[in-house]
Formats: sequence, C-alpha cells, structure tokens
Amino acid sequence: MTDQTQQLETLTRKEYSAGFVTDIESDSLPPGLSEDVVREISRIKNEPEFLLEWRLKAYRHWLTMDTPTWAHVQYPEVDFQAISYYSAPKKKTDGPKSLDEVDPELLRTYEKLGVPLDERARLAGVAVDAVFDSVSVANTFQDKLAEQGIIFMPLSKAVQEYPELIKQYLGTVVPYQDNYYAALNSAVFSDGSFVYIPKGVRCPMELSTYFRINAANTGQFERTLIIADDDAYVSYLEGCTAPMRDENQLHAAVVELVAMNRAEIKYSTVQNWYPGDENGKGGIYNFVTKRAACRGESSKVSWTQVETGSAITWKYPSVVLQGDNSVGEFYSVAVTNNMQQADTGTKMIHLGKNTSSTIISKGISAGRSQNAYRGLVRMGPNAENARNYTECDSLLMGDRCAAHTFPYIEVKNPTAKVEHEASTSKISEDQLFYCKQRGLDTEDAVSMIVNGFCKQVIRELPMEFAVEAQNLLGLSLEGSVG
Amino acid sequence: MKMLEIKNLHATIDGKEILKGIDLTVNAGEVHAIMGPNGAGKSTLSNVLAGRDGYEITQGEILYKGENLIDLEPEERAQRGVFLAFQYPVEIPGVSNIYLLKAALNAVRKYQGLDELDAIDFLTLVRSKMELVKMDEQFLHRSVNEGFSGGEKKRNEILQMALLEPALAILDETDSGLDIDALRIVSEGVNALRDADRSMIMITHYQRLLDYIVPDYVHVLSNGRIVKSGDKDLAKELEKSGYSWIHDAPEGVGA
Repeated sequence: MTDQTQQLETLTRKEYSAGFVTDIESDSLPPGLSEDVVREISRIKNEPEFLLEWRLKAYRHWLTMDTPTWAHVQYPEVDFQAISYYSAPKKKTDGPKSLDEVDPELLRTYEKLGVPLDERARLAGVAVDAVFDSVSVANTFQDKLAEQGIIFMPLSKAVQEYPELIKQYLGTVVPYQDNYYAALNSAVFSDGSFVYIPKGVRCPMELSTYFRINAANTGQFERTLIIADDDAYVSYLEGCTAPMRDENQLHAAVVELVAMNRAEIKYSTVQNWYPGDENGKGGIYNFVTKRAACRGESSKVSWTQVETGSAITWKYPSVVLQGDNSVGEFYSVAVTNNMQQADTGTKMIHLGKNTSSTIISKGISAGRSQNAYRGLVRMGPNAENARNYTECDSLLMGDRCAAHTFPYIEVKNPTAKVEHEASTSKISEDQLFYCKQRGLDTEDAVSMIVNGFCKQVIRELPMEFAVEAQNLLGLSLEGSVG
Repeated sequence: MKMLEIKNLHATIDGKEILKGIDLTVNAGEVHAIMGPNGAGKSTLSNVLAGRDGYEITQGEILYKGENLIDLEPEERAQRGVFLAFQYPVEIPGVSNIYLLKAALNAVRKYQGLDELDAIDFLTLVRSKMELVKMDEQFLHRSVNEGFSGGEKKRNEILQMALLEPALAILDETDSGLDIDALRIVSEGVNALRDADRSMIMITHYQRLLDYIVPDYVHVLSNGRIVKSGDKDLAKELEKSGYSWIHDAPEGVGA
C-alpha cells in the first residue's frame, strides 16, 4: 500500500458525527407486529375508520408477500417481530403547541444536528417539520404558510384536520399492494409530513423535514404526502440522521408526490443515516418507496438526492408522467464506503405525449462497498415523442469496492427516444498528486475531485442544502485510491 | 543564496535504482537545464523533487533553502514554493480551473500567514497573469485541463506558476507536444517569470526549448548520474552529436 493510499484509508475512518443518543423518555409499543399492533397505532392516533380499514388491508396484504430479493444487496433476514412499531418522546400533555413546549433535550438534539428549528429558521427562510422516532415534534412557520392557504403539518394532524384530502390522495401514487415495504409502511406508518399547495400558489420558502431515529430497536415508518394543485410550486427538503448503534435499524418510508396541471415539485434529500461501522456492524436499512405522479399536463417533478448514509439503501424515486408535456428529473449522488451497500436509481414511466425525463446518476464507491444504479425507462404505447436522457457515472476509490449499472429500457412507441450514457472511472493517483503539488492537502484534494464529479447533481440542490451536501461529501467520501 | 542542493541522491522505484548519485547546486536566480536520453532518470528526478509517491530515497539529501525536503509531503513542498510544471497535466472533470487556481493560491497564502484573497481581488490578479500566457478568460470556467489542447494545457501550467510565484520551478518537458507558436508563447511566459529570487530547472529531451529559454547551466543526465555540465553551448553540442557519445564516457565524468 502506498503512503497516499494509507493516508486515504485513515481519512476514511472519520467518525459519524450524528451518532449520539439523546437521553429522553419515550413511550413505545413492545416489539412485534400483529393486527392488534396496527389497531393500536391507529387508536393512539385517533384515526378515522377509513384509515384503520386501509391499514388493515395493507397489513393483510403484506402477510401474503415475500421480501424482495432482486436488489444487489445482501443482509441477514429482518426479524419483523423484533421491531417496535411505535416510539414517541413522552409528552406532558397532548403534544407541543409551540417550540416552548418541546422538550429542551430534544431541541438540543436538533441543534447539534444543525437543524434550524427556531429563530435561525426564520433567517434561513426554511420551514421545518422534525420527526423524532415516530412522531412529529415541532413544526415551524405553520401560521405564516396558512395565510396563503398552504398546509404544512404532520401527517397525523392532517388526518384529523383534513381527512377528505388524505382520503382523496393517500395511497394513490404508491398503493399498499405496490411492494413489500410499501405494504408494511401502509400498515404501521406513524407520522410524516403533509403538504398541500393550493391552486396558483408559489410556496414562498423551502419546506423541510428532518428525520431522526433515536430509540433502539425501533423502526421508522414515516409517510410523506405532497400535493401541488394546478399552477402551484413547492421545493421540499428532507434530511436524515440516526445514532450509532450496533443493531441494524429498519427505515421503511413512503413518499408520494402529486403534481397537477402545470404544477412543479422539487424534492431534495440529504440522507445521512448511520451507515454502520467499518466492519459493517450496525447501521440503518433504508428501504424506501418514493414516487411522484405528474398527473396534470405540463407538470414537473424533480428528485435530487445525496445519499451518503445507511448500511443498505434500497430506493428508487420515480416519476409517472401521465400528463402530456410533463417532465420528470432525477439527480442522484450515492456514496458507499466501508461495508455499505446501495441499490438505487429511478423509474421514469412515460404515459403522456411529449413527456420528457432526465436521469443523472453519480455513484461513488470506496472501501469494500457495493454501489448499484438500477433504473427503468418505460415509454408507453401512447407516449408520442417522449424523450429520455440518462447519464450514469461511477467513481471507484480503491480496488476492493464495486460499481454496478442495471439499466432497463422498454419502448412501446416508435416515436419515443431514449439515450443512455454510462462511464466508470477512478480517482487516480495522478489527479491527487497534481492537486497536492499545487498545495492542497489530501483531504481537500479528494473533496475537490469528488465534488467536481458530482457537480451536475449538487447544483440542483437549494443553496443552503448544497453547502451541507458538499461538506457531507467531504466527510464521507474520502476513500482509498488504487 | 543556495536555492537547492542535491547531494549524492540515490532513488529507487519498485526496488530498481534509477538515480545513482546526483549532485546539483542551484543558486537563486539561476536557470539550469537538465538534458539526457530517454530512461536517463529525468522524470524520476522531477518527481522525487516534488515528492511523488512510489519512489524510495536510499541515500543522499535534498536541501531547499537549507531545509531538508525529503520528509515533507508534496503539498508542504508546494506551499514552501516548490512548483512542478507537469509534462502531462491531468484532467479533473467538473472542477473549474478558477476553483483550482484559487484553492492553490489560498493554500500557499495560508502557509505564508496571509489572508485568503476575496473573489474580486483574485479575479483581478488572475486576469493580469493570464495576459502573460495569452489565455482567454473562458479558460477559467472550463474544467481543469478537460478538452484542452496540448498547448493549452502547458499554458495553463505556466499560468499556475505565474499565480503561485514559486521560488523554485521545475519544468518537466514543457516543450513536448507544442507547435512552434505555442512554444513561443509558453517560453515568453516563462522568461517573464525569470527573477533574481527565482530558480528554475528545465527538464528537456530537445535543445530547441533552450533557444527560447536560455539557461545559465546545462547538465547531461545519463543512467542516473550527471555525466557532464557546462553552459548553454553544451546543448548545441548535444544537438549536433546526439546522446550516443555519453555511453562511452568513463564513470564519474562531469558532475
């Protein structure tokens, strides 16, 4: 091993800075999953009958399904009876009505994570919903948004206040029968965010949710639903962290987006769940279903994700392009280091005429990790003149990691056009030496080269998020160089 | 003042000895040319001076301004003013030229205890340096060396040198791959940077570069040793007779 490689190996062993545990009392259901547990969750949340019925249907359907095995990831079978399906910080009353009522210990947690919950939020212009374990604990700027008719609140609250909207949209993009983890989520989801942007309204600030898994042996099953009505616009950010624990923790979320006529939704994620230690012990299983429906004509949905965490990632943010002239975009940076495994990509389903989609995927593998891009582009029989452009680039750091690309292309309309480009490269010792000879240390050099590789994706992120993402890349991306 | 002193330098790569006892002293303000046939050890010498990984120094020492260079990391040498103009400058996709230039300049300034330059001062400075090598401003916003022609890459190296103002510049085969116009522009850039406080080592296979950048001293490197030293006329001699005579020279001649 050369000196340079050794230095890089050392850098790789940076500690996970969000790995602390918050000492806070919580109410949890005992581990295990049954119809009773599903009923209990629904009861705790005081849900209307239709939702309980839906959960139960999902649960019964889930029982008939098997764990998906097609992804390029390997892990011991998850024992679903060992997981607690509900955990909430203990509350004094019915829940915090303002920040003053939120447990200060909890606020300190979010402060450590850099989440702007209070006055800083106003300055940053970011409205934050924070989900701690299973429930939403704070939600800023609701009043200001409400003036414009924007609804931004925990899903459980929306169920109480806007049951007709929930009934109309929940499960219409990701039905509970969709896949194993979507069915599980539909049965036991505990909270999440709900956003509704009324017709013609441009949401004046970035909406943001921070997810945090704190309790041990808890699964997090949040569900997010965002609806942009005709001519509406919203940009939504999502960030995630979890403490370092030796056991694996399950995160099976569902995100549904609906864009009506000429509406636009930008959804950005910086995912930094605990990835496990360098030997692959612990870490989050991130099995997530994210899908958007471009229902209206000329609607647009962009997914931008920077994925650096989780032991295993299984995630394909997709767009169903139903409306004519609708646009779907997917910009992704997926980083795997040490023993991490990622199987991630997107699906672009073109149904309407003149629909177009762009996929830019950047995979970076270091250590002994496995990083796979899996993407489907489907042009339906009515997708006249539909277009897709896909670019998939992999960067390898060291000689013990692997990158894989699995593109699936199905074209049923002769006027449709699909372009696919792929490349694989390495950070070379030449590049590193060049930068060092210009005075940059190894850490800065690697960070610069990697950020250059990811530039097309990073520039799609909102400014304040882009800075965070770049720092995160700097922290988690150094790896070995061959 | 002695800028660089190389004493009895031996270096190996993969266990094979390439440098077999180099002695060389370069004073401040001097320009030395090191010539020699392929495989003589010219590139090894420049890599060892810059601190590239993979070489083992088995004997001897390298003093730069009296300080031992051998234990320093490449970036530490760079920050102290040792600059290598690469024979094959690498491409760094997605990283804009201006970003690298700024990061490099600020790394050097930080070592010197100076504040980082702000965007406006930096741009003013970089523009003035670009005139030296007749580079268009659009180069600042392109990815480092990506899609650059051979000549553009070499001009970019000299631009970096002009910006970083090193005390010791090593130009490794700067003339290779250049047409006559590009050679002239690059040479004019280098000549403009000649200074009583700056030393240069030009490594080249051909004499033609020395018509444009006239050295104070010329050394012939062969089989890991400097076998002959002289003034600029030595280069002319080599041009006429080639390198074949060197192999007949007895051990230890020159130095």
